[in-house]
Amino acid sequence: MLEQVHNFLLFAENSFPYLDREGLSLIWFLILAVLLTGYAILDGFDLGVGILHPFVARNDHDRRLVMNSIGPIWDGNEVWLVTFGGALFAAFPEAYATVFSGFYLALMLLLFALILRAVSLEFRGKVTSTAWRKVWDGAFFLGSFLATFLFGVAVGNMMQGVPLDPHHEYIGTFTQLLNPYSLVVGLLGVFAFALHGSIFLYLKTEGDFQQSLRPVMWKMFSVFAPLFVLVSVWTTLSVPRALETLHAYTWLWVVPVLNVLAVLNIPRAISKGIEGYAFISSSCVIAAFVVLFITALFPFLVPASNDLAHSLTILNASSSEKTLGIMLIIALIGMPCVISYSVVIYWTFRGKVKLDETSY
Amino acid sequence: MEFDLVFLSRVQFALTIMFHYLFPPLTIGMGVVLIYLGGMYLKTKDPAYKQAQKFWTRVFGLNFAIGVASGIVMEFQFGTNWATYSRFVGDVFGSALAAEGIFAFFLESGFLAVLIFGWNKVGPRMHFFSTCMVALGSIFSSVWIVVANSWQQTPAGSHIVPMTREVLNARGESTFDANGLLITEPWIIDGVPVMRAEVVDFWQMVLNPSTFYRLTHVLLGCFIMGAFFILSICAWYILKKKYVDFAERSFRGALILATISSILIALNGHRQAQNVYHYQPAKLATFEGHYESEGPADLTLFGIPDAENETVHMKVAIPGGLSFMVHDDFSFSEPVLGLDQIRPEHRPPLWIPFISWRLMIGIGTFFILLTLYSYFLLWRGTLFQTRWVMRAYCVSVVLAVIANQVGWIAAEVGRQPWIVHPPIVVDENNQPVLDEEGYLQYRKVEATLPDGTVYERYAGLSTEDGVSKAVAAEQVAASIVMFLFIYVLLGAVWIFVLNKKIQHGPDPPEEGFGESSTLGMFQLGGQHQGEGLADAGLHDEAEAKVNQGGDHA
Repeated sequence: MLEQVHNFLLFAENSFPYLDREGLSLIWFLILAVLLTGYAILDGFDLGVGILHPFVARNDHDRRLVMNSIGPIWDGNEVWLVTFGGALFAAFPEAYATVFSGFYLALMLLLFALILRAVSLEFRGKVTSTAWRKVWDGAFFLGSFLATFLFGVAVGNMMQGVPLDPHHEYIGTFTQLLNPYSLVVGLLGVFAFALHGSIFLYLKTEGDFQQSLRPVMWKMFSVFAPLFVLVSVWTTLSVPRALETLHAYTWLWVVPVLNVLAVLNIPRAISKGIEGYAFISSSCVIAAFVVLFITALFPFLVPASNDLAHSLTILNASSSEKTLGIMLIIALIGMPCVISYSVVIYWTFRGKVKLDETSY
Repeated sequence: MEFDLVFLSRVQFALTIMFHYLFPPLTIGMGVVLIYLGGMYLKTKDPAYKQAQKFWTRVFGLNFAIGVASGIVMEFQFGTNWATYSRFVGDVFGSALAAEGIFAFFLESGFLAVLIFGWNKVGPRMHFFSTCMVALGSIFSSVWIVVANSWQQTPAGSHIVPMTREVLNARGESTFDANGLLITEPWIIDGVPVMRAEVVDFWQMVLNPSTFYRLTHVLLGCFIMGAFFILSICAWYILKKKYVDFAERSFRGALILATISSILIALNGHRQAQNVYHYQPAKLATFEGHYESEGPADLTLFGIPDAENETVHMKVAIPGGLSFMVHDDFSFSEPVLGLDQIRPEHRPPLWIPFISWRLMIGIGTFFILLTLYSYFLLWRGTLFQTRWVMRAYCVSVVLAVIANQVGWIAAEVGRQPWIVHPPIVVDENNQPVLDEEGYLQYRKVEATLPDGTVYERYAGLSTEDGVSKAVAAEQVAASIVMFLFIYVLLGAVWIFVLNKKIQHGPDPPEEGFGESSTLGMFQLGGQHQGEGLADAGLHDEAEAKVNQGGDHA
């Protein structure tokens, strides 16, 4: 059995001789983008639901509805992040090490937020007391908000670049990461996910509670839209690299154009009462954000703001050709499995959320 | 002891991994029991199995959630606290970790949803399938992580090579030569080439010399943990005369798993220790507090180890016992390489592995005796009436936790001062080759610099060199405080909620949810909104709601 697998791997390896380290590094850059997109869309609505939680649900029944709308799926959605982390470690160990150690305190806060969110979902329903539930409601909101905000801040900093030494070590400070541009990107992230989450929640609920979410969607959009414009303008002014790639590969202009169209389609779909389309649009907006993010990075993984020659390029940061090839085979075997049972599980838990004895 | 970056990073890793490792063994061990219960229910349709399955699934879900929450920390921590290590091993270690994500985590977390929330959404067969997938996922996960860790102990299928780097111009762009080929250069900083481990043969890396023994050991340890967790709760019910039928049934099932695993782990442990001696002799010598390489080696049962004077005080030992254990030598006389042949700077700390090792073996021996004696009592028909045995089972879950933890402590502290252990130098007969001063040698690798000088380093990485360079000790100290705070809180809440679930016990064995589902409908009717309504699945809270309902009426 092992022998056959091994032979197959050898065969696969020899069938793609043109996949050298450069080609494989680029493929892995794209795979990471796919994982990040999957994470941002799927956990995006989980986090958004968490951010909205204290503001949209006024009683315990509604709060349970909100939590249970993501109950069975949030855990699987978070695995996209875990796998993204693992894949980054394996395919680009230099980038993994630079970013994770450089953003140390931010990462620790992120871990704090993710732990808080996970356990508040699990613990909240276990005790009847109002005070107990209030504590975990707060934790659920704080965890979701903080995680989203930090993701945004991290993206903002990566866009701008961070100071690196010749060993690829981060030489800035924690407060340096909290610059105005990154903070605004963080806010954009919060409202993008909150909007995405509000549409998701609308689709998963019914009756009076569902109707009470309609103004919420509008409010989220009315904050999101100006932030979107602000960040777009600010990015074109302060991150010239973002446009360079677009100029070099003009067909990529299709992404920002679709992005704008998707943003515009959200209010159209909401007012027409076709919220399913609004959800697809908000998913597309998030996907476009990820694509624009990686086009802005390309050909770097971590641009150095002090001296571009210290930057981590896709090639400098990547693993050996051998490892990238093996990992590609692992991904080609694994991803179809992942997608097929994700579909099964989403199908199992389709439809409006109902509370029963298995709910949180 | 200095509170520097290395020390603090080690403390943080120890803290977070030890907290995390409370949960995966429970999940893996209980997963096997859930498969058994689910399978028996499918076969016999006896509602008692479904009752047991539902109860243990609830406990399983709770353990799983904290395992996931504390597990993310582990995956991030290699990068945050051990960045230099990550750069060095990423090519090898990272691929095992990524395989874990894609093969294991998606499987378990996806199907966990069906396991916990799917009772009324899928049929019994699909539910059973999901149970199997969750258990399989958790086992896959242990496979990949043990593969990665075993590679650190006994590297194989990899080599350590100097890195090259593309030459960037001032604008950060790649540069190309006249033929259009990318220009790269050896990556050398201050005369030191940057080197890392790279995969040569993936399967050799996966099946490195210690993977098999260590994986078996870890899985058996998990089965013991899961089995004793269930035994402990059941023994408590039996002592309290609550849910006795349910408890005795689950007890018998878990006892089989506990007995078989306890015996197998002893046999496996013996082989594993021989494997450790073969590849990491310093580690085994530290476990045993063994200093004299000459003559027959004694097996120390008890004693006070003294690293300074290189001896064990007040020791009780079996003469020649270690010779027998290591070499299967019935003459009890073959020499065993001791710490006197390890350079002082290459010796692991003595106390922690010495004590951990003894605790683990002591607890393992106790488990074998306890489970076998229980079968004797079961045969006599008096097991469930023998109160002291039931009490012993109540507390033995703590021993199982300790055994799992100290086993890992012995393995990891015994690997020091290395984070990636370099292979030892051996001759053609696989016997260690000593240097001219009589010390064990570790393999080295060389890299030739462009100026012709040869740079030499060990074919491994020391723990000191593995830490992050971009992180300050104060930052690590701050995050330790944060983790301590969260984990103490989490641990307390976990025990509180677990206790509640145990006190509440299983629901009565019946098809469907007669009583509680009507209450669930009450709740959906929205009559009691705003009063902190309970999780309808739990019986005691259902009662609380009956009272509330009464007030309203």
